[in-house]
Amino acid sequence: MRVTQGCFSFLPDLTDEQISRQVQYCLGHGWAVNIEFTDDPHPRNNFWEMWGLPMFDLRDAAGVLMELNECRKVYGDRYIRMSAFDSSHGWESVRLSFIVNRPKQEPGFRLERHEVNGRNIRYTTKSYAVDRPEGVRYGDK
Amino acid sequence: MSPQSSSVPVPKDAGETPPVERVDLRREFAEVGIGEVLDQLDRELIGLKPVKTRIREIASLLLIERIRKRMNLTSEVPTLHMSFTGNPGTGKTTVALRIASILHKLGFVRRGQVVSVTRDELVGQYIGHTAPKTKEILKKAMGGVLFIDEAYYLHRPDNERDYGQEAIEILLQVMESQREDLVVILAGYGDRMDKFFASNPGFRSRIAHHIDFPDYSDDELLAIAELMLQDMNYRFSADARQAFVRYIGLRKTQPLFSNARSIRNALDRMRLRQANRLVADLDRVLTAEDIMSLEASDVLASRVFSNRSGG
Amino acid sequence: MNELSMTVRGKDRYKSGVMEYKKMGYWEPDYEPKDTDVIALFRVTPQDGVDPIEASAAVAGESSTATWTVVWTDRLTAAEKYRAKCYRVDPVPNSPGQYFAYIAYDLDLFENGSIANLSASIIGNVFGFKPLKALRLEDMRLPVAYVKTFQGPATGIVVERERMDKFGRPLLGATVKPKLGLSGRNYGRVVYEALKGGLDFTKDDENINSQPFMHWRERFLYCMEAVNKAQAASGEIKGTYLNVTAGTMEDMYERAEFAKELGSVIIMIDLVIGYTAIQSMAKWARRNDMILHLHRAGHSTYTRQRNHGVSFRVIAKWMRLAGVDHIHAGTVVGKLEGDPATTRGYYDICREDFNPARLEHGVFFDQNWASLNKLMPVASGGIHAGQMHQLLDHLGEDVVLQFGGGTIGHPMGIQAGATANRVALEAMILARNEGRDYLHEGPEILARAAATCTPLKAALEVWKDVTFNYESTDMPDYAPTPSVSM
Repeated sequence: MRVTQGCFSFLPDLTDEQISRQVQYCLGHGWAVNIEFTDDPHPRNNFWEMWGLPMFDLRDAAGVLMELNECRKVYGDRYIRMSAFDSSHGWESVRLSFIVNRPKQEPGFRLERHEVNGRNIRYTTKSYAVDRPEGVRYGDK
Repeated sequence: MSPQSSSVPVPKDAGETPPVERVDLRREFAEVGIGEVLDQLDRELIGLKPVKTRIREIASLLLIERIRKRMNLTSEVPTLHMSFTGNPGTGKTTVALRIASILHKLGFVRRGQVVSVTRDELVGQYIGHTAPKTKEILKKAMGGVLFIDEAYYLHRPDNERDYGQEAIEILLQVMESQREDLVVILAGYGDRMDKFFASNPGFRSRIAHHIDFPDYSDDELLAIAELMLQDMNYRFSADARQAFVRYIGLRKTQPLFSNARSIRNALDRMRLRQANRLVADLDRVLTAEDIMSLEASDVLASRVFSNRSGG
Repeated sequence: MNELSMTVRGKDRYKSGVMEYKKMGYWEPDYEPKDTDVIALFRVTPQDGVDPIEASAAVAGESSTATWTVVWTDRLTAAEKYRAKCYRVDPVPNSPGQYFAYIAYDLDLFENGSIANLSASIIGNVFGFKPLKALRLEDMRLPVAYVKTFQGPATGIVVERERMDKFGRPLLGATVKPKLGLSGRNYGRVVYEALKGGLDFTKDDENINSQPFMHWRERFLYCMEAVNKAQAASGEIKGTYLNVTAGTMEDMYERAEFAKELGSVIIMIDLVIGYTAIQSMAKWARRNDMILHLHRAGHSTYTRQRNHGVSFRVIAKWMRLAGVDHIHAGTVVGKLEGDPATTRGYYDICREDFNPARLEHGVFFDQNWASLNKLMPVASGGIHAGQMHQLLDHLGEDVVLQFGGGTIGHPMGIQAGATANRVALEAMILARNEGRDYLHEGPEILARAAATCTPLKAALEVWKDVTFNYESTDMPDYAPTPSVSM
């Protein structure tokens, strides 16, 4: 399957050129760009691991792409996303977030149903990947 | 899925236009706007004739490079890294700013900022500290110019706990492989830079332009002083000017002479003496003339005149 | 126009008998509104032969302390404080017989945090007044002192995005169609298909409550199955607005609690439940971490005609205070009423922390929201993927775009319809961020995206000639002047 979190997941994977343009858009707004990675893409997993710190005060996307390529070297087997943070009043939150790297195979999720009283069901979304320990969740094993 | 592949054709780049066949040089020059920057350089800096000539030459070369690119005659990214050698106070930092502006207007750097660092901002104090530090600086400088002053301090072979080598390696790598993202200017004293390049030949091969900043002549130093005084609304009396000419001649022979910077410091000391001279006589009624004028005594009180033997 | 004060002062003021409103203290052209005053702007159409100043003063009087004759009991009160003061009357440009009346009300006239009280005070009495041919409440300025007494949106745009984990693009929704008649299980099917295809939300229609063809519990159960399935299939957080509107508050609470129990992220209510109910539900929503969607059912009965009623911008302000998180605010290019400039005014009122007065958008006052949460506007009604560039240009990024027919009517099925909308939106946002002139290159951008997305290609084909171009019934009175920047 294909996890469709983030802003551009329904489009074909972005090229580095396209990623640069999006990053430049964020830098132009004065937003700090941040790279995060994870191997647990559950929709409620808000806190992916941070690659370094958010990058403030950059003028050009080339700096961010440098970091992204470093991150890919180490965690290219996982989900990596780029997000941009706006510190201005009224927002103080993320303004743009999109996936820039995916594992080759995305096993996805299963829906677990627990029947409770009456006809009610409690649902849990469970990621297939997390059945395995961290570090060996993706790839051919 | 490899991030590099794309099954969709990349959207039309704003800069992609069909190759031009003819270019009106005067119009191109006017549009690009480097004329103003070069004129500004001429105005701002006294003397430095060889440097200004060199900058103009480089600007012409880059202008032609730009036109070649538009005519699709070249697709190579030119090497733009430079080294500036010369004594302190000879205008290296100012010229670096103007160069950045020219490169930006000609389209060779994307954003045009100058990030100015010395060794301490690039090198860490313990293992693993250097690479992130250097990378932080590089990221901030991407799209612009990285100006490294006294670059030879990166290399300290006598100290085995020195981490400068790591920074050197990272710089060399970026200077080679990311030429379209960053221009590096190394600066420092001439002889020390020579030694630095000798022990780190990788740098010399990556640098396209070496520019030497000669010391100012005595006349130029006097002109600089006059300009500084004018900006501050002071002026020399005729005697003071003569005394200052002698001052320059003597000061240059003494150690730690930093050209324009030393002139500025000298003028500050003279202003101090002038103020004390005026305040010594509280009954005096001062006119604007009095306040603006530096007298010979304000100059001659300098130690430079008594320490003729230097040292 | 704004002549001198004619107020009768002293003992003569309280002599029995009838006195003109403009002499009773309701017309005070020298009055400087205080920062703590609530100000209302009315569009007054006096009956023929009625003096506009007198008519405006009458509006001020009848919406505050007056009655048709002098009463001695006024003297038991600090009457001057409680009188509303009409301080300015201007003729409406290009509309003979209509006047803008600016009326200031002391803060003490209002109860803290009560829209019911605010509306009863301002519009509760005066609209049927015989000397007026027509009357419209055009805009209000609410002082910060008053704004601070309200809860405001339970969730707000920023937190909604954080909860949904969706940043940088409009949210996408669809109202389940047909409007009526599906049973719960089939209703859930539509929800599943639309969410799986790529929408963020689906929506109950305003009249889907609990009817013979579908009991509300059935709907909720099947919808949550659909939402959870779609969430697992996509890895995204999904939601459907479960309509909890009912005949009594007790029933509403029961439905809302059930929605919460089932794990829904969002519920919806209709405007017709009334202001008090809306505030109660907003309070409940805040306590229960629920996003609250408001459908503005019925508003057009009184917001649509320019000369009479209440402008939607006032309703939007009231709803932001009351505390809903989503409000339908117009699409500009869809099937329902709303011209671009006026709609822009509504959206700014919902989304900005400070609205500067902009007459060309119909925003008559500077309005400071004192960091009250931002309200997400919803654009719904007759829009489709082929209009994505216009929608983005008119409405911006912080909006929910709802394509009911535009999803469910897709020739290749509901999932395809949803995918078409999602791909069109993402492609447009991508292009906008790259700095392209997406408004003019829109069709080209969509066509290029459609090259790798068959559902989008089909959608563009089917609906390429659909537009709704009718004369607007409610437009701004002031045209943009060259010196005003937008």
